[in-house]
Amino acid sequence: MKNKGILAARYGLLALGVLFIAVGLLRREHIEVLQKAVMICLECIGIG
Amino acid sequence: MPGMYRDRLKKHKLSFQRRVQLVSAVLVNGYAIGFAKGRIFTGGTKAVCVPVLNCYSCPGALGACPIGSLQAALGSAGHRFPFYVLGLLMLFGVVLGRLVCGLLCPLGLLQDLLHKIPVPKLRVPRKIDRPLRWLKYIVLLVTVVLLPAFAVTDTGVNPPYFCKYICPAGTLGGGVPLLLTNPSLRALAGELFSWKALVLAAIVAACVFIPRAFCRYLCPLGAFYSLFNRFGFYQMKLDKSKCIGCKKCEESCPMGVEVTKDINSVECIRCGKCKEVCPKGAVTPVYPLSDSTSKKQKL
Repeated sequence: MKNKGILAARYGLLALGVLFIAVGLLRREHIEVLQKAVMICLECIGIG
Repeated sequence: MPGMYRDRLKKHKLSFQRRVQLVSAVLVNGYAIGFAKGRIFTGGTKAVCVPVLNCYSCPGALGACPIGSLQAALGSAGHRFPFYVLGLLMLFGVVLGRLVCGLLCPLGLLQDLLHKIPVPKLRVPRKIDRPLRWLKYIVLLVTVVLLPAFAVTDTGVNPPYFCKYICPAGTLGGGVPLLLTNPSLRALAGELFSWKALVLAAIVAACVFIPRAFCRYLCPLGAFYSLFNRFGFYQMKLDKSKCIGCKKCEESCPMGVEVTKDINSVECIRCGKCKEVCPKGAVTPVYPLSDSTSKKQKL
């Protein structure tokens, strides 16, 4: 019973993760990630 | 004589974990020209988050940092739900879990190497160690989620608070190489950089004395992946019929996991040290399809 719960959670989370990625791609969120990542993040390096 | 030489080579042979860590660090930071020229990679692969804590402002970084991207998405103008970054994090969490920490993270590699420095090591008393481990969840919730989403500065921006005030990967992987090679950025360094250098120095010092101190107490990415440790595809298994209770596994565990009681603890980083030292082979990794294999063996 416990194993079934773990399996359900495992595949449920996997499916949810894939669904989230698909929704994110449709909303072009990957472009926002790219735009942020190709510029030097001044906060990250301790300047701004 | 040749035997002696062979023994010495064998002794210094890199472990599986170390080899994977090195390959991962090179793959994630493969833009070598960036280090020489003091600039960052701007190619399309940066639209994808890497599974590890690796600053996207590191000159070598070929992908985006998931924690940096999550903060940027939460702090963006529309405050939209970050489906893409969260989806990637969930995928990494379910498929790999904290294996990312044990085998793939460059910061994990650095911590392992720092702990090899031959000085007396510190054993954090359980009373202090256990509550301190909750700190990484607070760091995740407060500095990665709540503050970037809701705390707006006077200038109207939501800064990535974890990256700005804590992240040692940003200081070491991004700040130090960029400031060394880029004079215009060096001229801008001020109090914030001094603060971040201080935090980095404290983390480095802690890691020399305490194994994986950053992973144990501060890493928000490790905190996120730890939530998936019990559900992930990659699990560890202890065969109690083989276990002789020597506790060598627990002594060797860098994360202080009680292997004989809770082998798939949220703190387990799947580094494989327990498997390596077990004299009876009682500890084994379990892959998604390994159940059918064991059934075949029984037959």
